[in-house]
Amino acid sequence: MVVVVLGAPGTILRSVWYEEERLLRVAQQMPCREVQAGMLLSLMGQPQQYSYPSIFIYGHRASGKSHVMHVLLKELELPHATVSCVECVSVALLFEQVLLSFFGCDAASLLPRSPSLSDFVRIYRQQCSQSPAKQTRYIVMEKAELLRDTDANLLPALLRLQELVEDNVTIILLSEIVWDKFRPNTGCFEPLLLHFPDYSKGELQQILSQDRHPSYTAEFYSSYINILLGVFYSVCRDLRELRHLAALNFSKFCEPLAEGKVKETDTHKLWRNIEPHLKKAMQTVYLREVSSLQWEQMQQMEEKESGALRGLSAHTHVELPYYSKFLLIAAYLASYNPARTDKRFFLKHHGKIKKTNFLKKNEKTSNHLLGPKPFPLDRLLAIFYSVVDNRVAPTASIFSQISSLVTLQLLTQVSHDDQLDAPKYKCAVSMDFICAISRTVNFDIVKYLYDFL
Amino acid sequence: ADNSEIRFKLCQDLWHKIRVLQDELNRKILDSLLDFTRKCSSTRQHSDWASQMRASEIPTAALVLGVNVPDHDMTFQSLSELLQQSVTPHVASVQAKECGGEGLLALVLERLMDTVVTVDDEEEEETEQTSTQLHKSVHCSLSTLCDWYNAKTMKSKTGTPGKKRSSPVRDDPQQPPVVIIFKDLEAFNPKVLQDFILICSRYVERLPLMFIFGIATSPSTIQHMLPHSVSSLLCIELFQSLSCTQHLATVIDKLILTPQFPFKLNGKVMQVLMSIFLYHDFSVRNFIKGVQLALLEHFHSQPLSVLCCKKKEALLNVMQLSHHDLESIRHLLSFRRYVEKQEPQEQLNLFRDDTHLKEVCQKLIKDLRKYHKNYYPVLRCLHTLTSSLPRYPLGKQVRELHLICLEKNVWENEDYQTAMKSHLSPPESQTLNEVCYYSSSATVRRHLNATPRTSIQAALSSPYYYLQNESLKTEDGTVSNAAPDICIAYKLHLECGRLINLYDWLEAYATVVSAAEGNNPDSDNVRKVEEVKHARFIQAVSELEFLGFIKSTKQKTDHVARLTWGGC
Repeated sequence: MVVVVLGAPGTILRSVWYEEERLLRVAQQMPCREVQAGMLLSLMGQPQQYSYPSIFIYGHRASGKSHVMHVLLKELELPHATVSCVECVSVALLFEQVLLSFFGCDAASLLPRSPSLSDFVRIYRQQCSQSPAKQTRYIVMEKAELLRDTDANLLPALLRLQELVEDNVTIILLSEIVWDKFRPNTGCFEPLLLHFPDYSKGELQQILSQDRHPSYTAEFYSSYINILLGVFYSVCRDLRELRHLAALNFSKFCEPLAEGKVKETDTHKLWRNIEPHLKKAMQTVYLREVSSLQWEQMQQMEEKESGALRGLSAHTHVELPYYSKFLLIAAYLASYNPARTDKRFFLKHHGKIKKTNFLKKNEKTSNHLLGPKPFPLDRLLAIFYSVVDNRVAPTASIFSQISSLVTLQLLTQVSHDDQLDAPKYKCAVSMDFICAISRTVNFDIVKYLYDFL
Repeated sequence: ADNSEIRFKLCQDLWHKIRVLQDELNRKILDSLLDFTRKCSSTRQHSDWASQMRASEIPTAALVLGVNVPDHDMTFQSLSELLQQSVTPHVASVQAKECGGEGLLALVLERLMDTVVTVDDEEEEETEQTSTQLHKSVHCSLSTLCDWYNAKTMKSKTGTPGKKRSSPVRDDPQQPPVVIIFKDLEAFNPKVLQDFILICSRYVERLPLMFIFGIATSPSTIQHMLPHSVSSLLCIELFQSLSCTQHLATVIDKLILTPQFPFKLNGKVMQVLMSIFLYHDFSVRNFIKGVQLALLEHFHSQPLSVLCCKKKEALLNVMQLSHHDLESIRHLLSFRRYVEKQEPQEQLNLFRDDTHLKEVCQKLIKDLRKYHKNYYPVLRCLHTLTSSLPRYPLGKQVRELHLICLEKNVWENEDYQTAMKSHLSPPESQTLNEVCYYSSSATVRRHLNATPRTSIQAALSSPYYYLQNESLKTEDGTVSNAAPDICIAYKLHLECGRLINLYDWLEAYATVVSAAEGNNPDSDNVRKVEEVKHARFIQAVSELEFLGFIKSTKQKTDHVARLTWGGC
């Protein structure tokens, strides 16, 4: 296993194969990633020369992996194919995309209906004998962790693609997961590992200050980012999220400036204005409880008018018809009470039941910890008829409500669709939910639960 | 009768009015969704700093519709049509169960690219088809969609100026949004949905996508189905449609509590429909269906319903009534009550003189109309006065108050002024009310709240009820020998215990059937007849198994287990 060690930060990109101004442009677009870019450049080396067959880049979300790759490939005009493994539900799409990018759609259409790896290799070899590579071709695969779920032979073959097709091609895998979790049991060709570490606070400050608002000075925006990081850095280090928050809250930050109450340099006053607002943002828009649109609208309204902002998770109430509520209650009871206890709870005259038989000796685990158990339809209906307080005729509506509850994902069907005569269900709601529902129909469900005897 | 054609036409008119009402119900929520779509497509094109920063999110409308899932179909249909008419032609609706074979992405692509091809002119269709065919078999991906979309918008920009637009109302922005409607969000496999959103967010700069989620339970479902990393790619705005009870209140307002609609339901029938709504399914569509069923039954079975229409028409129709109809008027309960209050001479006149009766009927119809015209405003006043009283003695909603008034005199609840007393009396006190009021609650309940098991058992134990064959008529409890095989087998199995021996059952069955056909001592025929009886028996038993009365069991060989007990 080969691990690449990082150099000192702040290195400027240098490479003999490309002009300085191009490299300067590249460096400007990826602040704080010069070390990694430099490493990649040296791995790429001379364009005509072969590079290492496969490179594995890993790092957390929003650590710049795709960004760095794309900037390099675009600015230096290198032939490449970008594939996102999320889109490639079948390997055919992956092969098509690669052939399309390198050789055009004629080559892509040569692939048979469900191509195998050998079909792909064969066509690639055919094509590259007609148009051989003048410089290294790169295949960039994003979200590479999904490759582990495909055929077992795909990943090892891709790592050795250079050898298989005898062409100047290099595979670059981008992933959030470490290589140790990728390695197949049968072994494979080890790629070069390159790690993109998380940004430090200073680096985040530097990167975020780059997308400054055109009508304000850089220092002003910088101070804003400083305040923002002060509030959010402890909970969030994801660059994308921070950028989003910066964009949303900037107008509020500038409000006193626009109203003429403060100057740009009065950081303390600006801080006093924005700090409660940011704290509120942490509970709402950061958690995506409200959308960014709603957040902006709320900012424009007066303080008094906005009142309490209702997030998505505050809306949990589901309005159900009367008998459906009882069906759900009966399902909950059937899932969490053992079947032998039904007689005691639901029959009027259950006779004498010995307590020792009733509470089994070694049964210490609460049914609620074990999760819901499946029950047959007959049992559900028997319990339903006994908990409903008035007489109910067995009409078709009652049965169709059971299917509706399954559609709403409040019940889960456990038996196979083909089993018509003995369907089994499980109750999929939480204790809180069912207590809320029982309260609306004045039914004391806790009295009927075995775990609370 | 003669007036059946008139009645049919009246019934059709009223039926049509109900349909028009249904279409208008969802107008408000659909309008706000259309506004949202228009706003999204216009903000995309702003290039100010804030919009740029937000440009990577997909705008999403989360539409919470309520648990009555079958009602949503119509809503989404109207939504789709409205969007296509006035905002954008690129609309695709998908349901969870349709995504099985090819996957969600392929389905969406198909729906988007196909629908637009048919709307456009003929000349463009050819070029479209060739380019999609080239890519379709090769590439089922969003880049195909992007290319197709760019080609479309290019074309519409450089389109010939003289081309007649098929829909002149549509405001054509430079880049009409591409709308994808997920009709039942809860039913989707979360993984499939997440992958789809991840793929779409990679193309959001090239393609102006917009999602609409149809949610049946509550908005917190979104957070259960999508992890933070996926929901942060969406810009979700919440739209709550009216709750089912509010919806119902609107329907009742427009359909029942108005003098414009001549057909009425009496207290019991209203009660049946309301209880089906509240206890069973919260479905406004089913409520309206119930009203339509009552409408149909009333016009079908009550010959006097020819008078259940607008005043002018009713007065005309009175003059056309036949003697037979006038006799049935004389037999109406409310009319007899009216006659008893008249002078003896007048009473005789009413019974003998048809012309006089017609004149009196015209006056009575005018009175009935006036009663209705006064009833509803006064009802609403009373509701406004009493709806905020603690513990709601007269109900919280207008419909509850209306039900109370339908059943008996509301002033027996509390004391009221004379004005209210004379205007809010129940309709039964009005003469000729049977013309407008439908009162057979049992029929409505029987039709809407079906009990399949009862029907099947009734059919099996007394086949005469359905088949109406004279030879099947028997006393209660017995079955005629000429009854169908399955009835005989059913009757015999009722006498057995939990496990039924098939051979004994066969013997008993054969005995009953032989008794019906008469004994034939010819030995050759006897064996053949035995085989035929055996075959019929097996068929009857299989049918009973299919209907769910018996099932095979391993507990004893050659036995079946009985599954039902007691009749219904």
